[in-house]
Amino acid sequence: MSLNRRVFLGTTAAASAAMAAPMVMADGHGKPRVVVIGGGAGGATAARYIAKDSKGEIDVTLIEPTRTYYTCFFSNLYLGGFKDMNDLGHSYGGLAASGVNVVHDWAVGVDRDAKTVSLAGGGSLGYDKLILSPGIDFVDGSVAGWDITSQNAMPHAYKAGSQTELLKAQLKAMPEGGTFAMVAPPNPYRCPPGPYERVSMVAHYLKNNNPTAKIIVADPKPKFSKMALFQEGWGDHYDGMIDWIGEEFGGGSVSVDPGAMTLTIDGEETAVDVCNVIPAMKAGHIAEIAGVTDGNWAPVNAVDMSSKADADIYVLGDASQQGDMPKSGFSANSQAKVCANAVRGALTGSKVFPAKFSNTCWSLIDTNDGVKVGATYEATDEKIAKVDGFISQTGETAEVRKATYEESEGWYAGITSDMFGAKT
Amino acid sequence: MRALRFSLSLILAALATATFGQVTGDPEHGQQVWKKCAICHMMGPDARHRVGPVLNNIMSARAGGKTDYRYSKAMTAAGQDGLHWTEDTLDGFLQAPKSMVPRTKMSFRGLKSAGDRADVIAYIGLFSGGAMAAQIDDGFAVSADILAIEGDLEYGEYLSSECTTCHQADGNDDGIPAIVGWETEDFVTAMHAYKEKHRDHPVMQMITGRLANDEIAALAAYFKGLGD
Ligand SMILES: Cc1cc2nc3c(=O)[nH]c(=O)nc-3n(C[C@H](O)[C@H](O)[C@H](O)COP(=O)(O)OP(=O)(O)OC[C@H]3O[C@@H](n4cnc5c(N)ncnc54)[C@H](O)[C@@H]3O)c2cc1C
Repeated sequence: MSLNRRVFLGTTAAASAAMAAPMVMADGHGKPRVVVIGGGAGGATAARYIAKDSKGEIDVTLIEPTRTYYTCFFSNLYLGGFKDMNDLGHSYGGLAASGVNVVHDWAVGVDRDAKTVSLAGGGSLGYDKLILSPGIDFVDGSVAGWDITSQNAMPHAYKAGSQTELLKAQLKAMPEGGTFAMVAPPNPYRCPPGPYERVSMVAHYLKNNNPTAKIIVADPKPKFSKMALFQEGWGDHYDGMIDWIGEEFGGGSVSVDPGAMTLTIDGEETAVDVCNVIPAMKAGHIAEIAGVTDGNWAPVNAVDMSSKADADIYVLGDASQQGDMPKSGFSANSQAKVCANAVRGALTGSKVFPAKFSNTCWSLIDTNDGVKVGATYEATDEKIAKVDGFISQTGETAEVRKATYEESEGWYAGITSDMFGAKT
Repeated sequence: MRALRFSLSLILAALATATFGQVTGDPEHGQQVWKKCAICHMMGPDARHRVGPVLNNIMSARAGGKTDYRYSKAMTAAGQDGLHWTEDTLDGFLQAPKSMVPRTKMSFRGLKSAGDRADVIAYIGLFSGGAMAAQIDDGFAVSADILAIEGDLEYGEYLSSECTTCHQADGNDDGIPAIVGWETEDFVTAMHAYKEKHRDHPVMQMITGRLANDEIAALAAYFKGLGD
């Protein structure tokens, strides 16, 4: 096996069987082929833009195991009771209609010499350009006592879907006056304000349904995204309910016991009713298999999101290590469009325009109390570098906050139709 | 059309019982709510049709009645079928434009709050008949040189992808305004008003802050074409 030909540990037999299976090559040899792994914020957008803008000149195949993509964005609002699970689910029908060949399977291997991707279901796909947007996986051992087999007792709910529903069910089943605990992740991780929006939404739910319950957050960080805004909001809406234990109070020295349902912070053990463990994160495993990671993430060139390890592979979204952009759906979507433009240019000679990136993250603190933070970015030789930014202010009027929340709903409709095509 | 006729007859019945002309909302707060409408509509002495028609003198006028504005077929037909704008009909329309006039061009999802609707209708009422009072155009203008820049469509298409994370390419509005089909001058003026921080919105100020004049022109040209 060559250095570049990596397969899943533990599924070697299945994977090598897959390698032996006949190649599923794109027909029409002349037509350039793009394979996209992962149909989330980065991958769906890239696949759709390349297919749409190349008008049939490029064969685009998207590999994604699930038939319905549940957005992590707004999944906290589901926990708070502001959205239904159905509101978060999106099918791939619109992508297929844009000309993307959608294959529902797992990519299990990447052979960079042969330029093929092997699938769990057997067979492999050849590519001229490969785009990886597999999102995140968790770093083993980052929270003592927790591993992925504990995710039913102590859910992460940091990949949306059944985990999100499980956390909601556990929240609903909490005894009166019970304790909801969160173990927050260390930097860098997907959606910097995500854990704190979640705390807000859980508090919103508890305030209305279980007002004597308590929330403990053990955090390995000394500070977090939109901290002043969240702390102001927690004081205004949920006074006394939330206990945030940051790094200086031992929030980073944590262990859990999923069997006994206990959380130990700085040597002090507490019995908890729900424990939302959000472990440290790394690039989705397939990026490591492809050999494009360095440490936990996959370094990329800012100008086009191409991997620093392989000029024919691009890495988007959370899995990439690009510089200043936060790991968000908005960022992944923005990077995907820069990448799509570059990939199309490389394969068909279409005009390549300069990279421009932007991001805005909205968070909901309580009903009609929305806040946002955003920035624009440019490509430098070294990284994606921040140009300009803004953040909501503390003490804004209720009217401004309500408008911010309504805007976030508009953004959600916008980004999901940008990823998957307009709803029909 | 059947469904439309049916809802119209309900509206006309409701009309008969309404106290016409009585102002129930608060026009001062309505002016705040109007900001949502002002993205596409103008009122006041210098108002021009933009994405949407001028809304001066619409109270008690027939729907789709401004002869120099190109309405959707649906709106013209609704007017011909007897729809007139009153507090009640406007209230129904603003609550859910597409349920009252299916296939209206107005891609606005509606105002959920009855209070907001009453207030903005009271404000719109000030610009009808003798009550035309205020001049709300913000008086911001862009130089003729800037307006004359010809937009590069291909560049506009690429740049537009930064906009479509929030603004839907098919012109739907679910809480973030539709920006397709605008007159070039309106689009360019609005972008420069953000860029020079005359209009306030932090995201738009930031995004336009680094758009050059030719990039704004390119976007204007591209989004205008999407509306056709
Ligand atoms: C609670 C929470 C709230 C958030 N809120 C926001 C928000 O308000 N705004 C915002 O912008 N972002 C938000 N985010 C962040 C956002 O969800 C992510 O940053 C974004 O989804 C990243 O996009 P991606 O393409 O990198 O990965 P994903 O969207 O996770 O997509 C990865 C896809 O790859 C697939 N995949 C993985 N491995 C393979 C494989 N081997 N073969 C085939 N397919 C594979 C997965 O099934 C998945 O569908 C939030 C996240 C969380 C957890």
